[in-house]
Amino acid sequence: MTTITKEPAHKAKATRSMEVTIDGNEACVNVAYRLNEVCSIFPITPATSMAELADQWASEGKKNLWGNVPDVIEMQSEIGAAGTLHGAVLSGSLATSFTSSQGLLLMVPNMFKIAGELTPCVIHVASRALSTHGLSIFGDHQDVMAVRQTGFGMLSASSVQEAHDFALITQAASLESRIPFVHFFDGFRTSHEITKIAVLTDEHLREMVDEDLVLAHRRRGMSPDHPDVRGTVQNPDVYFQSREACSIFFARCPSIVQRTMDRFASLTGRQYRLFEYFGHPEAERILVLMGSGAEAARETVDALAAQGERVGVVQVHLYRPFDVQAFINTVPKTARSVAVLDRTKEPGATGEPLYLDIVAAFAESQSSIPFPRIIGGRYGLAGKEFHPGMIKAVLDELKSEDPKNHFTIGIHDDVCHSSLEFDNDYSVEPDSVHRAIFYGLGADGTVGANKNSIKIIGEDSGLYAQAYFVYDSKKSGSQTTSHLRFGPDPIRSTYLVRSAKFIGCHVFGFVDRMDVLASAADGATLLLNAPFGSESVWARLPRAMQEKIITRRIQLYVIDATKVARETGLGARTNTVLQTCFFAISGVLPREQAVAKIKESIQHTYGKKGAEVVRKNFEAVDTTLAQLHRVEIPAKATSTRTLLRVVSEQAPDFVQNVTAKIIAGVGDELPVSAFAPDGPYPSGTAKWEKRNVADNVPIWDPEICIQCGNCSYVCPHGCIRTRLFEEADLAGAPADFKSNPIDAKGFPETRYTLQIYMEDCTGCTLCVDACPVKNKEKAGLRAINMVRKEGIEVTNREQLAFFETLPVNDRAYVDFGTVRGTQFLEPLFEFSGACAGCGETPYLKLASQLFGDRMMIANASGCSSVFGGCLPTTPWSMNHEGRGPAWANSLFEDNAEFGLGMRVSADRHMALAHSLLLAMKRDLGEDFVEDLVYAPQRLESEIRIQRGRVSQLKDRLHVMLEATGHNPAFQAGARSLLSVADSLIRRSVWIVGGDGWAYDIGSGGVDHVLASGRDVNLLVLDNEVYANTGGQASKATPLGAVAKFANSGKKSAKKDLALQAISYGNVFVARVAMGANAQQTLTAFREAEAYSGPSLIIAYSHCIAHGIDMEKGLEQQQLAVHSGYWPLIRFNPQVRASGENPFILDSARPTHKLKDYSENELRFRMLRHTNPNEAEAIYQAAQESLEHHWALYERMAK
Amino acid sequence: MIDLKTTYMGLELKHPIVASASPQSKSLDGVKRLADAGASAITLFSLFEEQIRNEQETLEFLIGRSTYSSSESLNYFPAADTYSVGPGDYLELIYQASRAVDVPIIGSLNGVTELGWIEYAQSMVEAGAKALELNIFFLPVDFLLSSEQVEEQYIHIVEAVSTAVNVPVAVKLSPFFSSTGNMARKLVRAGAKGLVLFNRFYQPDFDIDNRVVESTLELSQPSEIRLPLLWISVLYGHLNASMAATTGVETSKEALKYVMAGADVVMTTSSLLRHGEAHLGTIIRGFEEWMEANRFESVAQMKGSMSYQNCAEPEAMVRANYLKMLLSFSGQPKAVKR
Repeated sequence: MTTITKEPAHKAKATRSMEVTIDGNEACVNVAYRLNEVCSIFPITPATSMAELADQWASEGKKNLWGNVPDVIEMQSEIGAAGTLHGAVLSGSLATSFTSSQGLLLMVPNMFKIAGELTPCVIHVASRALSTHGLSIFGDHQDVMAVRQTGFGMLSASSVQEAHDFALITQAASLESRIPFVHFFDGFRTSHEITKIAVLTDEHLREMVDEDLVLAHRRRGMSPDHPDVRGTVQNPDVYFQSREACSIFFARCPSIVQRTMDRFASLTGRQYRLFEYFGHPEAERILVLMGSGAEAARETVDALAAQGERVGVVQVHLYRPFDVQAFINTVPKTARSVAVLDRTKEPGATGEPLYLDIVAAFAESQSSIPFPRIIGGRYGLAGKEFHPGMIKAVLDELKSEDPKNHFTIGIHDDVCHSSLEFDNDYSVEPDSVHRAIFYGLGADGTVGANKNSIKIIGEDSGLYAQAYFVYDSKKSGSQTTSHLRFGPDPIRSTYLVRSAKFIGCHVFGFVDRMDVLASAADGATLLLNAPFGSESVWARLPRAMQEKIITRRIQLYVIDATKVARETGLGARTNTVLQTCFFAISGVLPREQAVAKIKESIQHTYGKKGAEVVRKNFEAVDTTLAQLHRVEIPAKATSTRTLLRVVSEQAPDFVQNVTAKIIAGVGDELPVSAFAPDGPYPSGTAKWEKRNVADNVPIWDPEICIQCGNCSYVCPHGCIRTRLFEEADLAGAPADFKSNPIDAKGFPETRYTLQIYMEDCTGCTLCVDACPVKNKEKAGLRAINMVRKEGIEVTNREQLAFFETLPVNDRAYVDFGTVRGTQFLEPLFEFSGACAGCGETPYLKLASQLFGDRMMIANASGCSSVFGGCLPTTPWSMNHEGRGPAWANSLFEDNAEFGLGMRVSADRHMALAHSLLLAMKRDLGEDFVEDLVYAPQRLESEIRIQRGRVSQLKDRLHVMLEATGHNPAFQAGARSLLSVADSLIRRSVWIVGGDGWAYDIGSGGVDHVLASGRDVNLLVLDNEVYANTGGQASKATPLGAVAKFANSGKKSAKKDLALQAISYGNVFVARVAMGANAQQTLTAFREAEAYSGPSLIIAYSHCIAHGIDMEKGLEQQQLAVHSGYWPLIRFNPQVRASGENPFILDSARPTHKLKDYSENELRFRMLRHTNPNEAEAIYQAAQESLEHHWALYERMAK
Repeated sequence: MIDLKTTYMGLELKHPIVASASPQSKSLDGVKRLADAGASAITLFSLFEEQIRNEQETLEFLIGRSTYSSSESLNYFPAADTYSVGPGDYLELIYQASRAVDVPIIGSLNGVTELGWIEYAQSMVEAGAKALELNIFFLPVDFLLSSEQVEEQYIHIVEAVSTAVNVPVAVKLSPFFSSTGNMARKLVRAGAKGLVLFNRFYQPDFDIDNRVVESTLELSQPSEIRLPLLWISVLYGHLNASMAATTGVETSKEALKYVMAGADVVMTTSSLLRHGEAHLGTIIRGFEEWMEANRFESVAQMKGSMSYQNCAEPEAMVRANYLKMLLSFSGQPKAVKR
C-alpha cells in the first residue's frame, strides 16, 4: 500500500541561509514589493500589514528588482486604490494592491475594466468573510468568490510558503498571459500564521519575470507619443464581438500558469500544479477544496491513507481560468464519490461556486472515468475551525449510499439539518510535534514573546515551527491565546492546537474564569504565573483544575512573573520572564543556548529603542530561573473553589443561553437555531459581562464632593452613575452606602449619590483627572480617588445592588443644560470594550443620555463599530422603560447615506402617521389629533408630553380595532396608524464614525448628506488616524504626525472638515473637545440635535494611537485647545435669523505653543526620534499653519 | 596690553568668561553664536542620563503597551530603523561643535548609575569634549543616609569618571555640604581638576490656587553671587584644582569680583538668556575696560587678590562680613571701606 504525497522538493533543497520565519502577509509582500513599481493601497484587515510593510520598506528606501523604490500610495478607499491601480497599469507600470473582503468588493468595477483591457497585474488578497447579517474580519472565500466573474485569474495559496511563491508565479504568468490575477490566501489562518519558509532570491525573481514581457507591457501603456483611445462607448453592433475577442487569452492562460509553475520548480525545486492530488493512488473517496483547509485535508488524508483508506484530496490552485482537463487529469480514475468543499455561501444558488465548477467539469469532460457521485458542502466560514475530525466526517459521509448534499461541516445546523456530525477529538497529529498554548493579556507581551520564541525555534533548532494567535474582541484587557507547534516535519495543521503538551497561563485570574487545561494533553506541563509560592498555589486552584492535573498527570510549574517583572522595572510586561521559563522547562533548546537566543531577540526587539529597555529585559532573564519552581502534586483534589459564573443568574435567557457561551469561549457549540436569521442581537448585554480588568478603581469621597458630575461625564465606560433620591429611599441601604444631601437649593430632603461600577471599570483614571476638588488636608487627594480593588469588591456589589433599586430620575425634571444635570440621565452606552481611557466613548455616552430613548444610529465601520457592536456583548442599552438607541452598522464607506436612509424612513413614517391622523380626526378628536401632529417636540418636557399622547393614541386605536362596527377602510387605517404611531415621537438620527470614514472613504457621502438639508446629526469621532486597523494616516492626520503611510511625518495639513461644511451655510457645525470644555460640548450636542437641518459635530478624541499616556487624555485635550491646535467653534445657521454672526469661536486666543501640546504625543515626537533634522522644520511649519488658521477663525468670528 | 589669559583645568583660555550649560548650547548654531560672541570656552547643556533612560522607557511603553492586543491593530506606529533616544544627538553636537568653533567644548553630564556616568563620560570625550563637568545632584530623601554616605557617593562618582577618561573633570558643586571646604578637598583628591561653585538646583514651587507643585527655574540675579563669592575667596589657594564661578554674573562687575575672589573662570547663563549671546561681548569688554581703568596688567595679577588669604584681616572678613550685613540691614551706617 503506497501513499502518493508530492512532498515539495524545497524541503530537501532549500538552504538554511534562505529560510526565515514570517507570516503569510509578509511572505507575499516580500515578493510583490520587489516586483512592482506602484502599490496603491488602503488598509483593511487582515491584508493591512502587506500594505504597511510595503510602505515601510519604501520609506526606508528599499529598492525593487529594477533598482527603484516603489511608489506606495495610500488612497481614500479601495475604490481609489483600484482606480489608481488601473491608471498605473494602463500607463505601463507594474502595479499591485493588497486588500480583502469589502475592499475587494469595492474594486470590482475597476477589475472588470483591468481584465477587459487585458492588463497584467496582481491583486494580493488575504481572503475574508463579507458583511452580511454581521461583519467578520476572519477568513473565508466569500470575497474572492464575489470577483470570480470579473475576468481576473485566481490562484489560491494554501500556506505561507505558497503565498510567497504564488506572488511570483501570478506576476510572471500575468505578464505572459496578459490576464490580471487575484492571488489569494486565507485571511488570518495563512496571512497571520507564522512559519518557516524558504525565501526567493532576487535572482529567482529575475529568472522568472521575463524582461521582454515587462517591456512589452510598458510599450502597450498609454502614451501621447503613440496615442490611442481606451474605454470607448460601444453600441450593439460591436460590443459583443469585442467582448469575445479576449477569449483566446483566457484559453491560453492555464497552460501559461502551469509552464510558469514548471519553470519555478526548475529554479527552486518546489513543483506546483494547477490542481494537486494527495492521497491513495486508487482513492475512491475524494475531497476537492482550496485554501488553507487543503493543508489540514492533506494531513488527514495522508494519515487515513496510511491506514489503508482509499481516500484522497484535490487541492485547487488555479481557480480561474478553470482548466477542466487539468482537473479531470488530476482526479484518480478510481474516484467513486467526490465532496467539494466551499469556504463560502451563495444563498439561493444550486450550489456553491467550486462545487458547481466541479460538477460542470465532470459533466463536460470527455474522460472515460465514470461520473462520480458529487456532493458539495460549506465549511470554515469566517475562520471557523476546520480540523481533521471534520475532514474525516466528510470522507465518511462519502461512504454513504445516499450522502448528504449541500451539507455544512463544523457547525450544528438544527434548523435545516444540513450539518454533518463530527468527532471533535479526532486527531492525526504525530507525537513528534510539540504543541503549546499560552494564555495571556494583550498588555503583558505574551504574543510578542511567542513570536520571538517561534523565530528562535524555527531558525535555530532546525525544527519546523508554526505560530498562530487568537485575540478576543475587546480593546481593553483583551485576552490572547497563542498556539505554537514545532516538530521535525513540515506542519500542515491549519487549525488551533487541540492537544497541548505545554500550557502557559500567564494571568492567574484565568484559572477562576476558564478551563485553562481544556486542551491539555496527558502528561502536559502547565506553567502558571501566580502570586503564590509552590507551597501555597495548589490550594488556590479550583477543584476541577486540581482534578484534571491529577488525572492527566500534569506537571505544574509556578513563578510570580508579575513580581519579577515589576522588580526589574518591566512593569506589567511579563513576557520576557515567562518566555525564559518556557525555554527552561520545555528543553526545546539547551538552556544556555536558549538564554543566549532570548537575549539576542531582546536586543533585536528593543535595541533600537535604547539600552535601558534591553538592560532591564536582560536582568529579567537572568533573575527568572531562580524564581521558577515545580509544584509537588498531591494525590487528591482538596479545593472547594469552583469556576466563577460567566454571567449573573439575573441575566435574561438569551444572555444565559447564548451570550454566556460565547463569553466562555464555547460559542462553537451553539446551534443554528440559537441565532436570529437576520442578524439582530438584544441591546444592553455588556452589563452582564463583568470583566474585572482593572486592579485599581475609583472610590467616591462624598464629604468633599461638590456634585459637579464631571467624573461621570468623562467616564469612557459609563462606570460612574449619579442619582438623586429622597431620604426615605435610603431605607434598607447597606450600612456603608454613600450619599450626601444634594448641593442645590429647592430640594429639601433630597440626597445625592455617586455609584462606581467597579467590575466594569478599566481603571483609566480620567474621572480623577476631571475632578475639580482637592482634599484640604491632602492636596493629592480628590473627591474621587483610585484604590486597589482587592478587598472591596463585595461591598461594592452590595452598594451597587441597592443603587439600582433607587428610582430613576425623571428626565422631565433634569436640567439638560448643565453637565451636572445630564449625569442624572441614564447612560444608554455602557461598559464597552473600548480602550481604557478611550476619547471617543464619552461623546457617545453623552448623546445616549440626552437623546438615547429616541435615537437611531448609523455607525460606520471602525473603532466605534467594534466597541459598539462586537460580540459577545454590546454596550448600546435600554433605559428603564425599555427604550434606547437602535444601532446598526452597514459599511465603512456608506455610513452617511445609510443614516440618511433612516432619516428619510422616519420622516416618511411620521408623514404617514400625520396623514392618517388627520384623516381620522373625527374619530380621534380634533384637538387630540392636532396636538399629536403640530405640538412642538424640541424640549424634553414636550417630548414627554408627546409620548403620553402617543401612548393614549395606541390605547384608543387598540380599543377601536377591538370594537365592532368600523368599516374595513377605517380598520385598515387604524392598523396602519398603529404601525407608525411611535414615529410620532421626533426621532433623533445620528450618523457616527471616525475620521477614516468622514474624511476619507465616506467623504463623498458625508458631503452629499450635509448638502441634503435633512435633519441628521453627524458625529465624527476624530482621533486623526485609522486606529482600528492600527494607526494609518487619514486626511485628518495633522501635519508632522507620524502614522503608518506617513512614516516620515504627514506632509500635508489636516483637512478642515468644519470649514468645508460651513461653506454650505445651512449646516450646523461644531468642533468640540470634552476634556477642554465640557459645557461647550454639551451645548453643541444640544444645539445640533435641536437644529432641524443637517448637523456636523467634530469631536476631538484622544487615542492610544496618539502615543500618549491615556491617563493624560483630558490634559491633552486642554492643551490642544489652549495651543490653538483644536479651536472650539460652533456655526449655528439659526443665529443668522436674529442678525448675528452664526460663527462662534468658543476658544480663547492660544496661550500655549503647539509644542506644549505636541511634545506630549509620540505621534509628533516620533519624528524627533527618527528624523530629528526634519522634525524642527515640520514643527515650525505646523505652528505657522496653526497661526494662520487661528487668524482666519478670528476674522470669521468678528 | 592687558593679559586676559587664564588657565582652567589645564586648558589655556583667552579670557575667563565662559558660557555655562544652558539651552543656548543645545544646537550647533547656538554654540557658534556663543563662540562668535567671544566665549573663551563653552560648557554644553547637561546630558541627563535619567532623561535618556526615561525617554527610552517611555518610547517602549507607548509603542509596546498596545502591541499584539487586538487582531486588527497589532500595533499603532510604523516600525523605524532607528530611534534617536540615546545620547547620540548630544555626542553628535559635541563632535560637530568641537570642529566648528576654536574654543574648548566642555561636556556636562548628570548621571544616575555608575555605568551611565562612566559610559557617557567616555563617549563625550571620544566625541571631542576637551573637559567634562559633572553635574552631580541627588536629593537625599532617604533619611537613613548619613551625610558621610552622601559625600561618599559624590566622591565615588568623581573617582570613577576621572579614572575612566583622559581629560580634566570638573565637579559642579552643591553649596549644601556641612563642610564645603573639606568636601572640596575630598573631591580634588578623588580626581577633580576643577570645581564649579555652585550648582543652582531645580527647586519646586507651589501653585497655591491649583495646589500643585510647580517645577520652574528662575534665572539667577547678581545678588546671588555672595555665597559662591565667599567660598571661592575662602578656598582660593587651598586646592590643587581650578575654580569656576557661576551664578549671578549679569555684568562685568560680577565677573571681576569672582576673579578677585580667586576664580579661574567665570561662567554665565542667565544674563545670556536675558540679553542674548551677544551680551557675552559686553561682559568681556567691560571686564577689560575696568582692568584697564584700574591699571591691572593681567588676570593672573588680579586673581585671588581679594581672597580670604589675601585680605588684610582674613578672620575678620568671615565674621565681620556677617556683622556688617546685619548692621546694614538694621539701618546702621555702612562700615567704611578698607
